[in-house]
Amino acid sequence: MAMPVLEVEALRVAIRGDEGMARILDHIAFRLETGRILGVVGESGCGKSTLIRTILGILPRGAQVGGGRVMFEGEDLLAFSEAELNRQVRGSRISFIPQDPYLALNPVFTVGAQLLETMRRHRHGTRQDHRAELVRLLRRVQLPDAEAALDRYPHQFSGGQRQRLLIAAALACAPRLVVADEPTTALDVTTQQQILLLLRELVEETGVSMLFVTHDLGVVAELCDDLCVIYAGQSVETGLARAVLGSPMHPYTRALLACHPDRSEGFVGIPGAVPSPLRAPPGCRFAPRCPEARQGCPARAPQPRAAASGRAVDCILYDPVPVEAVS
Amino acid sequence: MAGFVLRRVLLVLPSLLGLLIVCFLLIRMVPADPAVALAGDNATPAQIEAIRRSYGLDQPIHVQFLRYLEGVARLDFGQSQFSSRPVAEDIAQRLPATLELTMAALLISVGLGVPLGVLAAVNHNRWPDFVLRVVSVAGVAIAAFWLAIMLQMLFAMQLGWLPLRGQLSAGLTPPPGPTGFLLLDSLLVGRFDLFADALRHLVLPAVTLSLGGLATITRFTRAGVLDTLQKDFVFYERASGYAPRRLVWIYVLRNSVAATVTQIGLLFGGLIAGAVVVESIYDWPGIGSYTVQAILTADSKVMLAVTLLVGLIYAVVNILTDVAHALIDPRLRDRA
Amino acid sequence: MLVLRKFLRDIPAVLGAVIVLGVVLLAIFGPWIAPYPEDAAASHLLRRLRPPSAAFPFGTDNLGRDILSRVILGARGALKVSLAVVGAAMAIGVPLGLVAGYGRGILSEAIMRVTDVFLALPQLILALALAQLLGPSVESAMLALALTYWPFFTRIVHTETQRLRNALFVDALQGIGASTPRILFLHILPNILSPIIVRATIGLGFTILVAAVLGFLGMGATPPDPDWGLAVAQSRSYLPNAWWFATFPGLAILVAVLGFNLLGDGLRDLVDPRLRRSR
Repeated sequence: MAMPVLEVEALRVAIRGDEGMARILDHIAFRLETGRILGVVGESGCGKSTLIRTILGILPRGAQVGGGRVMFEGEDLLAFSEAELNRQVRGSRISFIPQDPYLALNPVFTVGAQLLETMRRHRHGTRQDHRAELVRLLRRVQLPDAEAALDRYPHQFSGGQRQRLLIAAALACAPRLVVADEPTTALDVTTQQQILLLLRELVEETGVSMLFVTHDLGVVAELCDDLCVIYAGQSVETGLARAVLGSPMHPYTRALLACHPDRSEGFVGIPGAVPSPLRAPPGCRFAPRCPEARQGCPARAPQPRAAASGRAVDCILYDPVPVEAVS
Repeated sequence: MAGFVLRRVLLVLPSLLGLLIVCFLLIRMVPADPAVALAGDNATPAQIEAIRRSYGLDQPIHVQFLRYLEGVARLDFGQSQFSSRPVAEDIAQRLPATLELTMAALLISVGLGVPLGVLAAVNHNRWPDFVLRVVSVAGVAIAAFWLAIMLQMLFAMQLGWLPLRGQLSAGLTPPPGPTGFLLLDSLLVGRFDLFADALRHLVLPAVTLSLGGLATITRFTRAGVLDTLQKDFVFYERASGYAPRRLVWIYVLRNSVAATVTQIGLLFGGLIAGAVVVESIYDWPGIGSYTVQAILTADSKVMLAVTLLVGLIYAVVNILTDVAHALIDPRLRDRA
Repeated sequence: MLVLRKFLRDIPAVLGAVIVLGVVLLAIFGPWIAPYPEDAAASHLLRRLRPPSAAFPFGTDNLGRDILSRVILGARGALKVSLAVVGAAMAIGVPLGLVAGYGRGILSEAIMRVTDVFLALPQLILALALAQLLGPSVESAMLALALTYWPFFTRIVHTETQRLRNALFVDALQGIGASTPRILFLHILPNILSPIIVRATIGLGFTILVAAVLGFLGMGATPPDPDWGLAVAQSRSYLPNAWWFATFPGLAILVAVLGFNLLGDGLRDLVDPRLRRSR
C-alpha cells in the first residue's frame, strides 16, 4: 500500500487559557491518500481550526501538543522546527486555502505582490517566470482579465473572484497537500457550486491531495472521496464519504445527518449542547447527548483508528463484544 | 487628489476663524486692561485713555475683531510690544529655527519609535514588551524641562561633549543662505564647519523634544501591529510561508501605521508646545522662546499670531496626514 | 475576580498602582513622614547646598532645606492640583459630551465644533497664556488647566454616548417614557464610566506634568511652596555642582506621572477588548 500523504495519529492538543487547560483535540485520527479529497466535518467549536493550525504548525500561544503524530509524506510535522516549517512546508509542500476570501488578502498590497511573495521564496526561476506561471494559473481558475488582475488590489475583486485568486495561490508552488478551511461558506450558493467544481477539477488535473474542513455535509457529499466526522475534538467515524453518508454508524453521525435539512422529513435537532473543552466529559464526549449511551461510555478511552478506505467507528456499540459478557 | 486637498483646505478655514474668535475673546475677557499694561506703571488716566483710543480699544469688541481680521488678511498682525517690530517679521525670522528643531525631533521620534513599537508588539507580553512599555510610558511622563536640564548637566557641563545652548557657537555668523534654515543654508553655501557646529547644537534640544513623540509613536505602532497580527490575512500569510521578517516589517507594518500616521499629525501640536519649553531652556531662537517672552509680557498681538500660526500648522499637517493615509491604503484612494 | 486576576498579571500596571498608592499616601501623611516637615517654609542658611548624606538623603537646597522632605511634602500640592483640575474638567466635559452625543440637533453640532477648536489649541500655550493673564498663582494655573482639559472628556463621552444612543435598553427606556436627563445620567453614564476612568487616570498624571511646567516657568506655585517644578527652576543657578537639587524633584515628577500613566494603560487594556491577549 502506498504511503498516505497525511496521516494524523491520536492527536491531542490543549490550550492554556484564563480558566485552565482546554483539551481542544482529544485523539484525532484520519488518513489522506494521494490524489484524494478528505472531508473533515464537525460543528463549530469542535476543534477544526485547531486541527488546521496544528497541521500548519501555527498554534496560538499557550497551545500544547499532548501526544500523537502528524505524518506528512513519512515525516512527523510535530518534530519540525518553526524555521523548517516556514522554509520547507508552509506555502511550498502544504498550501492553505482560507475560509473568508474577504479577509484573507492583505488590503494594502496588490494581488500580484502577495501571490509572487510566496513563489519568490519557494520556487526557482525569475520574477518573469513566476508572473507567467501565475497568469497561467489565474486563467485556469477562470479569473477574467488575468494579466491585469495582478496589479489590482483585493478590494477591487468580488468574493468569488478572490476565492479563485486564493485557489490559484494555493497551487502556485505545486504543493503535495492543500488544506482548505471551509473555502465556500462566505460565498453565495451559485458561486459556491462553481468553486467546488473547480476544486474537484484541479485535484484531478494536478494529482494533489486535499484536506477539506467544513461543517457542511452537503458540500462533503458533493466534493469529498473520504470523510472524517469530528465531535468535540474526537474523531468518531471515518470512511468513504459515500459509505458514511449512506449508512452512518456512529450515533453522532446519525444524529448529524438527521439534522441535515436536505434529507430528513422531520428536521430533528440533537438535544443538549457541545461540551466546552474545559469541562469535557470523560471517555466518549458524545455520551451525555447520545440516545444509545451505555454505562461503559464514560469509562471507554477513545480508540482512534485510521482506516485506509475502510470504515472506522469509535463507539462502544461497535467494540468487539468481550467474551465474558456473552457467557 | 487635488479636489480632495482643496476641499480639506476650505473646511479648515472656519476652524481657524473659530480659533481666532476663541483666543480673541479669552484675551479680552481677562480682567487686566491692556491699555493699562501698555501705558506702563506711571501713566496718568489721560495717557491711558489716549492709548486706548489710538489702539482702538475703546471700540466694541466685534469692531476690534473685524479690524484685526482685516489686518490678518493682509498678513499684518500688528506690532510686538517687546520687540517693537511687526509680529509677522519676527515670526518669519524665527520660524525656520523652530521648524528645523521640530523636524529633527520628529525624525528621531519616527525613526526610533516605529521599529521599537514593532519589536514590542512582536514580543507581546514578553520581557521586551514590558520594558518598552515602561520606557515608552516614561517617555510621556518625563518633564521636558527636567530632561533638558539633566542632559545639559551631563553632556554639556560635565562631559563637555555638546554645546550648552544656542543655535550656533559665539563668533560664528549664520550663512546668508536663501532658505533661512541654518543647516540647509550652510550646506548650500558650502560652509561645512558651520553645518557641523549647527548640528552639534541641534542634538540636545532635538533629543529632548523628541522623547514625548518617541513614546507616543512607539505606543501607537505597538497597538497597531498587535491589532494587525490578529487579522485573518496575517494567518494566511504565515500559512503561505512568507519569510518571517518580510511578513512583519513589510506586510504587517504597512497595515499598522494608519494610527501612527494620525499620531504624527497630532504630535505636531505637542511638538510646538514642547518647543516652548525646550527653546527657552536651550536659548533656541525660534517661535517657542518668542512665545514665552510674549506670554511673560502679556503681548496679546504676538499671542494671537502665534496661536493662529500653530492652528495653521496643525491644519496643514492634518491635511498632509489625510494624504498620507490615502497613499498607504488603496481603499481610501478609490473612495476619494 | 477574573478581572482582578488579569490585572495582577499585568506587571507594569501593578507597578503603576503601587506608585499611585504611594503618592496618595505621601499626599495624606506627608507631614508625618517627612524627616524635616518644618522645611516646607523654614530656611537654614548654614547648611545650604549640602550633597546627599545620611542626614539629608537627597541633599539640601539653596536655602538649606532638606530636599527629601520637600519632595514628600510636594506630593500633596501636586495631587491636589491634578484632582481639582481633572474633577473640574470632568464636570464640564462629561455633561457636554453626553448632551452632544445623545442629541442630533444644532446644539450637539455646536458643542462638538467648539470642542474641536479647543482641541486644536496648543494646550500648554493656552494654559500658560491664561495663567499669566489671570496673574501667576496656583489657583489661576488650576483654572487654566481645567479650561484646557475638558475637551478631552467631551470627545470621549461624545463618542461613547453616540455608540449607545441606539442601544436596545435606551430604546426601551424611551419607550416607557423616561426623561432624557434620567436616561443620560442614570443609564448611559454608568455604562461609559470605564473609558472615563481610564481617561481621568491618565489625565491626573498629565496634569501633574503640565502643572510642573507651569511651576517651572514661574506661573504656578510660588515660593516657598514645596513644588517639584518650582524646585527644578530654582536649581538652575546652582548647576552642575548641586546636581541633586535638580535631580530629585524632577525624579519625583517622573515617578508620579509614570505611576498614573502605567495604571491608566493597564486599566485601558482591561477595558478595551481590542488589545486583549492573543486568541
